[in-house]
Amino acid sequence: MASMRCVLRFGRNAASVVLRREFHRSAPAPVQVTVRDALNQAMDEELERDERVFLLGEEVAQYDGAYKVSRGLWKKYGDQRIIDTPITEMGFTGIAVGAAMAGLRPICEFMTFNFSMQAIDQVINSAAKTNYMSAGRQSVPIVFRGPNGASAGVAAQHSQCFAAWYGHCPGLKVVSPWSAEDARGLLKAAIRDDNPVVFLENELMYGVPFEMSEESQSKDFTIPFGKAKVERQGSHVTLVSHSRYVSHCLDAAAVLAKEGVECEVVNLRSIRPLDVDCIEASVMKTNHLVTVEGGWPQFGVGAEICARIMEGPAFNYLDAPVTRVTGVDIPMPYAKILEDNSLPQIKDIIFSIKKTLNI
Amino acid sequence: MLTNISTVLRTCVQRNGTAAVASARSYADFTPQASFEIKKCDIHKLDEAPATEVVMTREEGLKYYRTMQTIRRMELKADQLYKQKIIRGFCHLYDGQEACAVGIEAGINLTDHLITAYRAHGYTLTRGGTVREIMAELTGRRGGIAKGKGGSMHMYTKNFYGGNGIVGAQVPLGAGVALACKYQGRNELCVSLYGDGAANQGQIFETYNMAALWKLPAIFICENNKYGMGTSVERASASTDYYKRGDFIPGLRVDGMDILCVREATKYAADHCRSGKGPILMELQTYRYHGHSMSDPGVSYRTRDEIQEVRSKSDPISMLKDRMLSNNMASVDELKEIDVSVRKEIEDAAQFATTDPEPPLDELCNHIFYKEPPMDVRGTNIWSKLKSIS
Repeated sequence: MASMRCVLRFGRNAASVVLRREFHRSAPAPVQVTVRDALNQAMDEELERDERVFLLGEEVAQYDGAYKVSRGLWKKYGDQRIIDTPITEMGFTGIAVGAAMAGLRPICEFMTFNFSMQAIDQVINSAAKTNYMSAGRQSVPIVFRGPNGASAGVAAQHSQCFAAWYGHCPGLKVVSPWSAEDARGLLKAAIRDDNPVVFLENELMYGVPFEMSEESQSKDFTIPFGKAKVERQGSHVTLVSHSRYVSHCLDAAAVLAKEGVECEVVNLRSIRPLDVDCIEASVMKTNHLVTVEGGWPQFGVGAEICARIMEGPAFNYLDAPVTRVTGVDIPMPYAKILEDNSLPQIKDIIFSIKKTLNI
Repeated sequence: MLTNISTVLRTCVQRNGTAAVASARSYADFTPQASFEIKKCDIHKLDEAPATEVVMTREEGLKYYRTMQTIRRMELKADQLYKQKIIRGFCHLYDGQEACAVGIEAGINLTDHLITAYRAHGYTLTRGGTVREIMAELTGRRGGIAKGKGGSMHMYTKNFYGGNGIVGAQVPLGAGVALACKYQGRNELCVSLYGDGAANQGQIFETYNMAALWKLPAIFICENNKYGMGTSVERASASTDYYKRGDFIPGLRVDGMDILCVREATKYAADHCRSGKGPILMELQTYRYHGHSMSDPGVSYRTRDEIQEVRSKSDPISMLKDRMLSNNMASVDELKEIDVSVRKEIEDAAQFATTDPEPPLDELCNHIFYKEPPMDVRGTNIWSKLKSIS
C-alpha cells in the first residue's frame, strides 16, 4: 500500500491525483520523521503542486543542500526549479524578490540566517514593505528559509538568532517550527501564503525524529500562522518557547513533575503574528510565566511577550513578574565550556521556574 | 668524496644529538643561490609582467620549505583532531595552497597588513602566530591565539585582521586598512584575500571602485582554488578571468602552486602600490586537497583523480624540494631533518592544544568592549549577573 502511494506521489498526471486521495483514506499509522525529511517532503510536495514554486540558494541543487534539506530535489525537478546561486546574498535575494513580484513563488534559502544580513535590505525594504507601499497592488509571495540561531562551535558570526529582528517588522510573517509536524505544516502554509514569510529553522533539530500523526501526513496539511500549540498541559507555571528550546522546556517540565510542579509548555510556532491569546489563557490558569529563547535578551521575543502580557487581561492574574530565560548578552564564544554557558541550559530553566514560583 | 665524508661526519654528530650540523657544512657543499625560470604571468592593463627569471638563495629555500611543511603538517594534524572531535564547529583546511601564504609573505614585510577569509590557519602562521597558539585556538583552550573565544575562523595577530566568517566582508575591511595606511603616511600596504566563490560579491566591486578612486595601497588577491564550496568556477561566475574582474584595476594571473611565482608577483604588486599607483589585483591559481571544510568530503563535485593529479604534478612543497635538490641547494637528508623537526613541533603543539585547560568561566563576558570600565552582563536569567572586565 505504502509503495503504491510512493509511486503515485511522483506521478504527474491529474488522474493519479484523484487516485491518491482515494488511497489516503486508508493511510498508515503515525510514522517517525526527522525535521529534515519533513522539510524536504513539504518542499517536494509544494514544488509538485504548483509549478510557480522554485527553490534558489547556495548549494541547494547539485550538492543536495548544505544541510541536505533539499536532497533529491534537483535530480527530480531540474535546473529551472532548483537553482544553485553564487555566494552573493544581496544579489540573489533581490532576484528572488523580483521573481515573486512578477508571478513566481520563490523559496529563497539562506545557508544560515547570519548571511541574510547581507541581504536584509531586500527582505525588509523590497519584500516586507511593498504590498503596503503599493496599496495592495504588488504582492510578494516569497519564503525566506534556513537555519537560525546557535549551532555547535560555529562561533560569533554564525550563531545569531534573528527571530526578534525579523519579528519586529510589519509586512513580514515570521515562523519558527520546533517539531517535524511544525516544519511540515508551517512550510506548506508559508509557501502557499501570498506574503513574505521568514521561516526560521534550526540546524540542531534537523536530525531529530518526531512522530507524525496521520493527519499531518496529508498533502494539504498546513498549520495556520499565529496559533501556538500547548505541547504539555500544566497548572503551576506557563513556559513559552520556540524552536529548539521547546525541547529544553519539556525536559525541564519532566524533571519538575517529579517534584510535583506541573508546567504548561507552549510552543509558539509563530513569532509574528504572536499567539497572545494562547499565552494569556495559559497565564490566567497558572498565574506564572517563564519565557525561554536562545536569542539575546534585549528587545527579544521574551521582552515582547512581557510587554503584551502587561498590556492585557492576564497581567492581573500574575502572582510574580514574568521571567525571561535567554542567551547570555555576549557574542557567541567558540570554546565548548564558554558556548555551553552562553545559552539556556535545562538547569537554568528549572532554576528560573523555581525562583518564579518562589520554591 | 667530499659528500661522503660529510655524510659520515653528519651521522657521527647526529648520534651525539646535536642539530647544528646543517649550517656547519653548508658552504662547501651547497649552491648558495640559483636562478629559476618561472611561468610568465598573464597581465591585465599592465605594460609588462613580473620577471620570469628569478633568484632564490639557499636560506630562502630552506625557510620557505620549512614554513610550507609546517602549514601542511599543521593542517593534517587539525584534520586528525577534528575527526577525534577534539576540534569542533567549522574547520577549513589550507593544505595544497601553502605556496600562496608563504609566497605572499615573502613578497611583503611584517609591517604591511593582511586580511583573509576563513581558510586562515596558514596566514595566521605566516603573519607571526605560533603553531601552539593556533592549535590551542582550534581546540578552544585558554592558550589559544584568541583565548579560545574565536575558533578556527577568528584568529588575529599584529597587522593580521583575521580570519573572517562572512564571505566577501573582509575585502572592504582590507581596503579600509589600506586607507588608514595611506592616511597615516606609513608606506605600508594591505593585502586583501578572497576566494573564487567570494569574487562575485557586490561589496568587492564597491571596494574596487573606491580603492581605485582614492588610489589606496591595496593588493587584492583572489585565491582561485576552482571551487566555491561545492560549486565549480564555471557554475558560479560568468567570467572566470578573476584577474580581470577589477576592470579598471590592473591585474596579474599567477601560478599559485609555485612559490617563486607568487613571491615575484607579490613583489611586483607591492612595488606598484608603494609607488602610489593605487590598487592592483592578483589571481593565484591554486588548489585545496581537502573539501571546503571538514563537513565536506570534497569528492561529490570533483574526482579523486583530479585531486591525485594535482598532488603528483603540482604540489607546491614537492616542487620546491625538487628545485632545491636538482640545483644542489640542499640534501635529501637535510630536508628530512626539517621534516622531522616540523613533525615534532606539530606534535608538541598538538599535545599542548589537547592538554591546556579550557578558558575559565569568568572569561565569558570579557572583551565585549575595548577598555571599558567593568560592567554587569545579564546571564541566561535575571538572577544571573555576570561580570565584564575589559
